[in-house]
Amino acid sequence: MSLTLEDVTRIALLSRIDLSAAEREATRDQLNGILGFIEQLQAVDTTGIEPMAHAVDVVQRLRPDVVTETDRRADFQAVAPETEAGLYLVPRVVE
Amino acid sequence: MNWEVVIGLETHAQLQTKSKIFSGSSIAFGAEPNVQASAVDIALPGVLPVLNHEAVVCAIKFGLAVGAQIAPRSIFARKNYFYPDLPKGYQISQFEIPVVSGGGLAITVGSGDAATEKFVHLTRAHLEEDAGKSLHEDFHGRTGIDLNRAGTPLLEIVTEPDMRSSAEAVAYAKALHALVQWIGICDGNMQEGSFRCDANVSVRRPGGPLGTRREIKNLNSFRFMQQAIDFEVQWQINEITEGRAIRQATVLFDPDSGETRSMRSKEDAHDYRYFPDPDLLPLEITPDWIAQVKSELPELPQAMQARFQAAYGLSAYDAATLTASRDMAKYFEAATQACKQPKLVANWVINEVRRFMYEGARDEQEEPLPSEVRDGIPGRDVIRIPAEKLAELITRITDATISNAGAKKAFIELWTGPEQKVDEVIERMGLKQITDTGAIEALVDDVLAANQKSVEEYRAGKEKAFNALVGQAMKATKGKANPQQVTDLLKKKLGA
Amino acid sequence: MSDLVNSSLRELSAALAAKKVSAVELATLFLDRIEKLNPALNAFIALDRDKTLTQARGTDAALAAGAGSTLTGIPLAHKDIFCTNGWRTSCGSKMLANFVSPYDAHVVEKLAAAGMVTLGKLNMDEFAMGSSNETSFFGPVKNPWDVSRVPGGSSGGSAAAIAARLTPAATGTDTGGSIRQPAALCGLTGLKPTYGVVSRYGMIAFASSLDQAGPMAKSAEDCALLLNAMAGFDPRDSTSLERSTEDYARDLEKPLAGLRIGLPKEFFSDGMDADVRAAVEVALAEYRTLGATTVEVQLPNSGLSVPAYYVIAPAEASSNLSRFDGVRYGYRAPEYADLTEMYSRSRAQGFGAEVKRRILIGTYVLSHGYYDAYYLQAQKIRRLIAADFAEAFKNCDVIMGPTSPSVAFGFGAKSADPVQMYLSDIYTISTNLAGLPGMSLPCGFGNNNMPVGLQIIGNWFGEAKMLNVAHQYQKATDWHMKFPEQMR
Repeated sequence: MSLTLEDVTRIALLSRIDLSAAEREATRDQLNGILGFIEQLQAVDTTGIEPMAHAVDVVQRLRPDVVTETDRRADFQAVAPETEAGLYLVPRVVE
Repeated sequence: MNWEVVIGLETHAQLQTKSKIFSGSSIAFGAEPNVQASAVDIALPGVLPVLNHEAVVCAIKFGLAVGAQIAPRSIFARKNYFYPDLPKGYQISQFEIPVVSGGGLAITVGSGDAATEKFVHLTRAHLEEDAGKSLHEDFHGRTGIDLNRAGTPLLEIVTEPDMRSSAEAVAYAKALHALVQWIGICDGNMQEGSFRCDANVSVRRPGGPLGTRREIKNLNSFRFMQQAIDFEVQWQINEITEGRAIRQATVLFDPDSGETRSMRSKEDAHDYRYFPDPDLLPLEITPDWIAQVKSELPELPQAMQARFQAAYGLSAYDAATLTASRDMAKYFEAATQACKQPKLVANWVINEVRRFMYEGARDEQEEPLPSEVRDGIPGRDVIRIPAEKLAELITRITDATISNAGAKKAFIELWTGPEQKVDEVIERMGLKQITDTGAIEALVDDVLAANQKSVEEYRAGKEKAFNALVGQAMKATKGKANPQQVTDLLKKKLGA
Repeated sequence: MSDLVNSSLRELSAALAAKKVSAVELATLFLDRIEKLNPALNAFIALDRDKTLTQARGTDAALAAGAGSTLTGIPLAHKDIFCTNGWRTSCGSKMLANFVSPYDAHVVEKLAAAGMVTLGKLNMDEFAMGSSNETSFFGPVKNPWDVSRVPGGSSGGSAAAIAARLTPAATGTDTGGSIRQPAALCGLTGLKPTYGVVSRYGMIAFASSLDQAGPMAKSAEDCALLLNAMAGFDPRDSTSLERSTEDYARDLEKPLAGLRIGLPKEFFSDGMDADVRAAVEVALAEYRTLGATTVEVQLPNSGLSVPAYYVIAPAEASSNLSRFDGVRYGYRAPEYADLTEMYSRSRAQGFGAEVKRRILIGTYVLSHGYYDAYYLQAQKIRRLIAADFAEAFKNCDVIMGPTSPSVAFGFGAKSADPVQMYLSDIYTISTNLAGLPGMSLPCGFGNNNMPVGLQIIGNWFGEAKMLNVAHQYQKATDWHMKFPEQMR
């Protein structure tokens, strides 16, 4: 499998990473190099093998339903790019 | 030409926990923006989710209530997309293995003789986190983001495309709305967004392949659901009839125009790249845990309906009405226990208590409340006469102390007035019936003497004339006589 | 005083207890060295003398009150991947170049609670993505043994700082070898614990199912003491394991007689440089002298570990790094027309080339139609790799081999070809996939007098055994005591 420029454009949009036209070409070549390297996985017969999503075989621990957090808005918003009236501001979202 | 409407619903029910699904923030509604948004909720670098036990209990309760399978092991997955109210850039949800699958809800569509029964199958129900809120107004052309809601636990309940009309969709949504409140997992507050529906709507020729569906997002009232689906169905039929193909889309319903329109923000081709969340481990639900939750689950509405019919001889309709909410059912049973008059209690609860409770949210065909009552009601959804007092009132009817009409007057006073004793109200309002047979007989004799014309008409076979005589007699007693007693006496004197 | 720069943690602890030195003096000693030597190395990227000395004064008070523990008053530095309250925490990225953390990572909290004094924050490959420290927004870290060479990565700042004796100890994280490979390239001892032993809370996530924090120091004994303070259950991390408290130093002094060392056939075939092989062979001979036997074991799927890793790690990273969107914290592009452009430009300008490459690869392997072929297949191979280790550990107590196929390479030598760079971690990645603990310890010098690392891979939860094996070797050798002449 080899990526086209359209693939790169689509992935870049999904990833929200702006790529200039020139960057797109270079990126395509680099990504194809990496994909070529990971291609060898396809040759392995993994029939019947359970995928391993976690490094340890344990189950989810559950948290008691207790409110433990207090208001830290001022601390958190001290590092925010743009806030007003306690809200984070972003360019207008049209629904 | 004939069209078949195909509807499936996805409902997001906010779960009634104290804290969020993956953090210890409060989920209380109405706080100042972002004060209930913890480090985890705003997705600071390095923070991690830990699953709330109670959210899982809610999911198990729901699975049991709809007869579904509860997965012994389910998986949390990340649904990846960028949106400002989604702080991590992904929503933690369940994808391949949801906590609940299958099951369904029996619904009644229509009422009275036109009522039909239907079973709506559920595909699945899964746990996930809610997003924050985008506020579009008043920030110099910018959008404000409030993340208090981000991380509120949701159960997303997905049906099969089983519904064939907006009426069926609404009946299902109402039944589900009642059920989640009944089992105590959701407060059902649609204004605050605790219970939100998305409808997938398509049309097709009967028996034909499924049409392309459009999804109507965020329906937050049953009325809007009906209007939105009806509009959407007509729109799709028009499009197809005029030769245009339906394109899959996400639409919003505008209550002002009564129309649905495409959402611009959803136009991008989506690819959510679901994969198991490496920060969360498989959720294990043991048979023991399920058994424990089951033992704590209240009697479910359908079982209770059947019991009401069998034990109290109620009609299916009355039993269904009384089990529309757990509070109402409890109230009915408590009053019945106290006065041993199930049918009378059923009538009073269905006709009077409900009418007063739901003032402001009544079906339109119901008789409006007297204005003095309507204005005096402080809040809806509250039963303002304890079950024991209603039972006392009913006992006063059956022991002939008061008439039905008198009881209704006493009921209004008890509902709207301060807390007071039933017998005192009856006494003070002068509602006691005249039970002295001699006194009534004298009155009846006077009425017969004064209305000879009616007497003759009745004797000539005019039944209506008899009713006029009853009316006159009741009037003479100022309504305080027992109508049955008056009727019996009149019949005796005229017929004998 | 100056002999303290090469002292073990126990020696420092004894000196503090004996009032030969105060925590403030110790912190000042290292801060002064940092001031003098760091400009040439670029290991530290955040320093705050006041903050450090305030903390040191607090630990002096604790020591005076007799409330100290073994580590109280000893300085250390944190890899800049750990959120540190009130400290700029950048993760080596322009994206977080202005991010002052409002909270402490679990590891930071625990080490502070043990009384350790924070000297500063250490440079690293951006978001821990790199094996040479060349991807940092703050510029590369130089290897103190030869400043024309890389220190390894991603915990390159930690490794260089210890190698130059700018700090007695440091924290590191290891997703595919990021503790062990720089430890090898800089001639120090580093340990990656079994996945789940150290909480990941507050450690900025790269690949969540692989990331694990661990100690980096001069010796195995130092690492054992540090791990004692770092490890432990944390209810804020769902993958943190609830295990009873362990003393990782408990077995340090056990003799090695009867120890079975597994040597994977696949680690000793071609691919390793001759100088590395020679040093590793000498180390193995030393172990035989200490009473151990070596057995050949097989890890037939280990050759697939690098490609499997470069599916799984970028996939998880692509999602983990989505939170860096310029909305709530971090870099926001100055100019944009709309929301999508704000995202795309902020992320394009805020992330470096390697991070972007991995996000794009990760996005692709998770995308519709490719998930099964890439991500699911890699996860299946991950299970095969873990199963290989379980099988191998039936016949041995620990596994040994090289940490890195070569000694430290020169700047730019591999940065043009991502795949060549990825292969730097060929011997370390499989332990992350399996969740196993691993160590690197210095075992001599190769070409150009650059350090060589010996890797020890332990069984699951075999940290105490690994540390025992490493410590006994360090009692018999002094490679771990060596540091570059020019850093004296």
